[in-house]
Amino acid sequence: MRLVVALATLAILAAAGTGADVLDWSGDVSVQTRWYPESPAFEGQRAGTAGFVAEPTLYADVGPRASVTFTPLHRYDSADSHRTHTDVREAYLLTHGDWGDNAWELRVGVDRVFWGVAELNNLVDVVNQLDLVEHPRDRPKLGQPMVHLTVSGDWGIAESFLLPYHRNRTFPGRAGRLRAGRPIEEDALYESGAEERHVDFAVRFSHAVGALDFGLTGFVGTSREPFFVAGAPSAPPSARDARWIPYYEQIRQFGIDAQLTTEGWLYKVEAIRREGARNLLGREEDYHASIVGLERSLYGLFGTGADLTLLAEWHYDDRGHRATSVWQNDLFIAGFLAFNDVRGTEFVAGILSDLRHDYRALNMELKRRLSDSWSARVETIATLSADPRDLTYDGRRDSFVGVGLTLSF
Amino acid sequence: MLPDRRRAADRPVEPRRRNGLSSPRQGARRVLAFCLACACFASADVRAQDDETPQEKGLRLAQEASARNDGFGDFTAAMTMVLRDRHGRESVRQMRFKVLEVAEDGDKSLFVFDQPRDVQGTALLTHAHINAQDDQWLYLPALKRVKRISAGRRSGSFMGSEFSYEDMSPPEVEEYTYAYLRDEACGDLTCTVTEQVPLDEKSGYSRKVVWQDTGELRTWKMELYDRKGSHLKTLTLENYRQYLDQYWRAGRQTMVNHLTGASTVLEWTDFQFRTNLDDGEFTQTALRRVR
Repeated sequence: MRLVVALATLAILAAAGTGADVLDWSGDVSVQTRWYPESPAFEGQRAGTAGFVAEPTLYADVGPRASVTFTPLHRYDSADSHRTHTDVREAYLLTHGDWGDNAWELRVGVDRVFWGVAELNNLVDVVNQLDLVEHPRDRPKLGQPMVHLTVSGDWGIAESFLLPYHRNRTFPGRAGRLRAGRPIEEDALYESGAEERHVDFAVRFSHAVGALDFGLTGFVGTSREPFFVAGAPSAPPSARDARWIPYYEQIRQFGIDAQLTTEGWLYKVEAIRREGARNLLGREEDYHASIVGLERSLYGLFGTGADLTLLAEWHYDDRGHRATSVWQNDLFIAGFLAFNDVRGTEFVAGILSDLRHDYRALNMELKRRLSDSWSARVETIATLSADPRDLTYDGRRDSFVGVGLTLSF
Repeated sequence: MLPDRRRAADRPVEPRRRNGLSSPRQGARRVLAFCLACACFASADVRAQDDETPQEKGLRLAQEASARNDGFGDFTAAMTMVLRDRHGRESVRQMRFKVLEVAEDGDKSLFVFDQPRDVQGTALLTHAHINAQDDQWLYLPALKRVKRISAGRRSGSFMGSEFSYEDMSPPEVEEYTYAYLRDEACGDLTCTVTEQVPLDEKSGYSRKVVWQDTGELRTWKMELYDRKGSHLKTLTLENYRQYLDQYWRAGRQTMVNHLTGASTVLEWTDFQFRTNLDDGEFTQTALRRVR
C-alpha cells in the first residue's frame, strides 16, 4: 500500500515537473455531526459525534492519452478512534488507445470499481472492500490496488482485474455506534497462507443491447466479506472483553446483473453464486443470492418541475437463517423526490423491512445546495422495529440524526 | 394569439409566390448560386414549389434546415448557463459538450458538468435515435457508477434550468408534423413562421411555433406551448456565427418561462468543429474516464 502511494506521488511530481497540460485539484471537505438519541446498547458508546472528512483529487495529464489521478481521504471523528482514518481511494495511472476497431484502457494503481444495478446493496460488486465506518447506507469503498485492463468494441466491454493485495474491512471502535456487541480485532485471519498478499482475479463482460444492459462477472480470491471467529484478547483474559476476529476465506463468485430500461420502468436483477464461504454456523456452504428491483419515474409531478422516482427491491439469500448477510429476505421500498430547482433540492425516504424477522428501518434524507460551492445534507436512519434473531440487532439503539455541510471545490 | 393547430391546418393554402422557382433544374442552379455567394439573402424563399400545402411547406423547410446542418461531423463547445428566478436571483452552471454526427441515426453527445461544484465530473451520455427511444447513461463520479437512465424524462428540467432535456437535444425532422403559417419581418430579416407538433406523447409540448430566417434557415425564436395549450416558454437565439463556412450556431439562447417569470441564458463558447472525435469517445468505458 505504502509503495503504491509512493509511486503515485512520484508520478504526480513527475507530471508536475514535466509541465503537464492539465493539473488540477478538486474535491470535497465536509463537516459532519451525528446524534444518537437513544441510550447505547453497549458500554463505552457515545451519544454523539462530530468530525470532518476531506477527499481531494489531484488529476494530471502525463501524455496525450495518459493521466494520473490521486484521491486521498481523511476522516476525523471525535467519538470513535477507529472511524478516524486515512485511506487512498485512488492513485492510478490511466492510459488508453485503439486496437484495430477496438479500444483498450489500462489502469494501474489504487482504484474503485462499481458493478451492479441495485440501489441498496450490490451483490455482484466484489472488487473493492467496504469502508464500513464511513456510512451505513452510502457504503463507500476502500481503494483497491489493481491492474485493470479493458478492451471494448461493438461486441461489448471485456475487463480483467489482477488484485494483488487485500484490504480489511473497517469496523467502528469501542466508542462507536452501529457496531457489533463485541469489539472487532483490527488484525484479520486468512484462509490463504499468503494472507493479504494473495493475488485475486476478476473478470467482467458487459454490453448494452437495445434497452438491455447486462454484465457477467467472475471473481476468484480472498472474500471481501469476513466471517467472524471468537477470539480471546491478548490481555487481560476476561470473558467480557472477548473479541471477534475477521476471517477471510478463499471464494469463487459468479455474478450476473441486468437492467432493462423502458420509457417508464426500469427492471433490475442481480444474482450471484458464491462458493467457499462459511455460513453463520461456521460451515462452508455454497449459496445463491439475488436482488430483484423495479424503478418507476414520474416526471413533472403535479404540474411542477419535480420528478418522483419510486423504487422497490427484494433482497434474497438462499441460506435463510444461516446467511451472513443482513439482507437474507428483505424488501426495500424508497421514494426519491428531485425538485429540479436551482438549489438541486432532493428528498429521499426509504423503508427496509425484513420479511422473515421483525426488523424494520426508516431512512430519510434531504439534500440541498446552499451556493455554487456549499451544500447541506440532513439525514436519519431509524430502527422502527428490532428482532433479537436478526443480524441487525446489535444496532437496535443506534437510530441517528446526521447533519453535514460540504464545501466542493 | 396564434391560431390553434387544427385551424392552421385548415387554412387555405398561402397565395403562391410569384418569384418562386418551379423547375427543378432552375432550383438546382439556384442552390449552386447560393453556395457560391455564401452570404446570399437575395430571395425570401427556398425553392418554393407550386401547389404546396402549408404542411408540405413546413416539412420542406424543416428538411432543408436539417440538410444544411448535415455533414458537420463533430464539434465540441463550452457552455455557461445562468439561471434567474423571478426575484432576479442568479445561479450559474458550467459544462462542456461534445457531439458526433451519426449517419442514418440520431447524434451521440456528451455533457460533462463543471459547476455547481457538487456535481463536478458528472456526465450525461446520449445516443439519440430517430423515431425510437434514446439511450442515456449518467456517470456519477463519487460512486464511479455508470447508470443507464430512462430517456422518458424529456419534459423534465435540465439542471434545474428552464430548458428541458427535450430543449437540449437537437430536433429530428421525423419527430414532428409541420404547418407553415406565414412570413413576417424579424429584425432586419424575413422569417417564415412554422408550427411544429411533436409526435412523441412524452413531449412536454403540444406545439412549437418557430421563426426561421428565409436565407439561412436559422431559428431566431420559438414559442413553446404546454400540453394544456398555454404559452409556457419563449426561446430566443442570438449571436449566430458561421463555422466551416456552412454551419450556423447561436452563441446565446434565452429561455423565458411565462408562468413562473424565471429565465435561463445559455452562453455557448469555444466551438470547434471536426476535431476528429470518434465513436470510442461516446461509450460507457469513455464515460468512466471523463474529466
